[in-house]
Amino acid sequence: MTTLNKTSRRDFIKISSFTGGGLLLGFSWFSAEAEAPLTKTIGITSGNFTGEVGFNSYLSIAADGTITIFSPNPELGQNIKTSFPMIVAEELDADWTKVKVVQAPLDTKKFERQVTGGSGAIPHSCKRLRAAGATARYLLVAAAAARWKVDTTECSTSNGFVINAKTGKKLGYGELAEEASKIAVPADVPLKNRKDFKIIGTSVRNVENKNIITGKGIFGLDFYREGMVFAMIRRPPAFGTKIKSVDAAAAKAMPGIIDVVTFKNNVAIVGNSTWEIMKARDAVVINYEKDGNIESSSDHDQLLVSLLDSGKTTERRKDGDVEAAFKNAAKIVKSEFQCPFIPHNPMEPMNFFAHVRADGVELVGPTQTPASARTAASKLLNIPEDKITVEITRLGGGFGRRLKFDYVVEAAELSSIIKKPVKVTWSREDDMTGGSYRPAVRYRFEAALDAKGNLVGYKLRGVGINVNNSTREDNFPSGAVDNLLIDSVEHISPITTGPWRAPVTNFLGFAEQSFLDEVAMAAGKDPVQFRLELLQRARTKPVGAIKYNIDRMETVIKQVTEKSAWGTKSGVSQGFSVYFSHASYVAQVCEVVMNGKTPVVKKIYAVSDCGEVINKSGALQQVMGGIVDGYGHAMYGKLTFKDGAPEQNNFDQYRLIRMKEIPEIEAHFVDNGIEPTGLGEPALPPTGGAVANAIFKATGIRLRNQPFIDEAPFKTV
Amino acid sequence: MAIFNLNINGKEYRADVAPDTPLLWVLRDHLRLVGTKYGCGIAECGACTVLVDDNAVKSCVFTVSRVKSLKVTTIEGLSVNGDHPLQLAWDEADVPQCGYCQAGQIMKAAALLKRNPKPTDQQIDDTMHDNLCRCCAYHRIREGVKLASTKI
Repeated sequence: MTTLNKTSRRDFIKISSFTGGGLLLGFSWFSAEAEAPLTKTIGITSGNFTGEVGFNSYLSIAADGTITIFSPNPELGQNIKTSFPMIVAEELDADWTKVKVVQAPLDTKKFERQVTGGSGAIPHSCKRLRAAGATARYLLVAAAAARWKVDTTECSTSNGFVINAKTGKKLGYGELAEEASKIAVPADVPLKNRKDFKIIGTSVRNVENKNIITGKGIFGLDFYREGMVFAMIRRPPAFGTKIKSVDAAAAKAMPGIIDVVTFKNNVAIVGNSTWEIMKARDAVVINYEKDGNIESSSDHDQLLVSLLDSGKTTERRKDGDVEAAFKNAAKIVKSEFQCPFIPHNPMEPMNFFAHVRADGVELVGPTQTPASARTAASKLLNIPEDKITVEITRLGGGFGRRLKFDYVVEAAELSSIIKKPVKVTWSREDDMTGGSYRPAVRYRFEAALDAKGNLVGYKLRGVGINVNNSTREDNFPSGAVDNLLIDSVEHISPITTGPWRAPVTNFLGFAEQSFLDEVAMAAGKDPVQFRLELLQRARTKPVGAIKYNIDRMETVIKQVTEKSAWGTKSGVSQGFSVYFSHASYVAQVCEVVMNGKTPVVKKIYAVSDCGEVINKSGALQQVMGGIVDGYGHAMYGKLTFKDGAPEQNNFDQYRLIRMKEIPEIEAHFVDNGIEPTGLGEPALPPTGGAVANAIFKATGIRLRNQPFIDEAPFKTV
Repeated sequence: MAIFNLNINGKEYRADVAPDTPLLWVLRDHLRLVGTKYGCGIAECGACTVLVDDNAVKSCVFTVSRVKSLKVTTIEGLSVNGDHPLQLAWDEADVPQCGYCQAGQIMKAAALLKRNPKPTDQQIDDTMHDNLCRCCAYHRIREGVKLASTKI
């Protein structure tokens, strides 16, 4: 697998020439012209590649039949580097074993949305990828038909060959590529019927497996450039502080240390090797002084409660007359839920390589947002973006942390100061204490029931630290309740926050689904039946805008109750949850058994509707991993602050879920063949709710705060 | 600084480093064997696991001076052609997500299978509990070890 680090047109020509000429097809994966009819943005060329063609991305077929597909989006384990090419290969009827995948570097002229985030890659690109494959296939068939002097209807394709139906003769795509490239691109190429899919929907192994299991240096931290230096940076240990003084004399005298450089609030220790830097960093004496609010978690606990009562609210959604509904209610249910800050903790800590030269800048490393990183580096260094290249390495996890580009810009700034190519590595402690956390949030839910147990009023107020809107105001049950008010309060803090896998919903999903369970109990209804009744009401008598698909939500609910034999099992306590996020629907049933007085999560059933599943193996990984991730963080995740400083800085103090703690998972997908929606995140938000609801069933104890491990029944006084 | 002669993956290497340098950083920075990963530096996550005379060792806290004549095996040397039963099983079960922890997972499992080629489910869990996978690919890691044990 190769990675390109330059983006000029000449490089692409070079690639096609060393793949032996053949068909080089540009197609609109992420084109800025994406709204225009796709066929207009497809260009084709071959041979010596003269003339300008408005390529956006490339699929090339070499004379030996090798098909090279460029994958533009950063790969962090969501398996995009396998699933994107699968889609192209499907429509192309390619021989999968002859497909090579190349990570494309950042190129905003050729690609649109070169971002990994929001579970958006497949939904955004699927149709474009299919059209690209189908168009290439059409041209190859036309070339074969011309050579055989038959009509194209007499030709079929299979596994990298065009087959003559009458004679049974076969021509490989590689043999046809040159001729195919001379045929005019058709205006309209039909896509396959899904019943004819041979690759989409199957389990295809990760194209990077071989490199991963043999230890190839494919991650950012593995990157090495002859002549580069290593660096680590000490950042303020507490949020709300800044550097007062630095004494680096002792550190500078230590073996292997090249320099100690102070810029902004950073003290960079630059040296010949990581270990020498790790030792020297402790020898730098830095004094810090106050530069803003110094906050502690104990303050936050009180603050979040008081802001729910008296904070400045922003209205997010209002339907009907909530005041009247609560005034006339037969029963009112009120609950509050709170979560702590949590770090992302990707296994590969933040790192980036930067080389700022007089004639340009080279950036190499793991980022979910290469374009934003480049823009920020350009602004900081005052160097035009077209002089800055960004090579995207494989990411050792992201979970949202690498949507931020502070660590990229910082490496670029350091390189510009020391005038050397440098790789900045964050220690685990740097990574865990360096900010950009999932923010602490507290919710207050209130429900009004009439005498028959119907939900007639619903209120949600969210207060978050550095989170503008801690609600998702159009989420279910909005649209199913006559009187509804959703608003939010924000507290601004020096503690930096950012998106964390399934932003907001990673905790809101738990809170909403736990609360709906409580309301169902108060109404004397089965929790599943209660939700189905609300959905039916949203269908027959919608209130305001309905932003979720009622049928899709109903289907996952019904299927998961069937798979889990909801409500009919003895010996286990079941909890239910369903959530809509990132355009997909996931329903879960959790099963808990008691070990003495401690509940044990034994099994979680999940039914996901993400539309068409591209790669069954990868999809299962996203669902199973998402569920364990959601459960693990709900159970154990907690980062606390004392005087502005994180109190946990490594895995001896910060608990992540491990093998012996995982439940069995049975994951199913709805087979509806609709356009794919997201899957990197949607399986996570419902898990906490399903678990907490099952624990309530088993123990009568309602978990309202995370992490669960700090609460009864897990924590005994 | 001192010269250390190391036997890694059956080859002789020489490193001129401080005696307290963890084996991890000798492998990564000095010998450019970057398959062994840095995850925590305090022997908590297992990403840096290598074999030292067939024992799983967390190389982030195992200093180079302790290696002496012991034989070190890293992911790069687990097999010549990437066809160790664990590597075959890892591909077959399609274990990796981001993949960063997987070298450590495989080396941990390799030590287990060396001394116990047919581990029970409990023994697999007890052993692999030591290694973190942030993508939470634990089900497939477990499946990979079980599958590998059928290939030995």
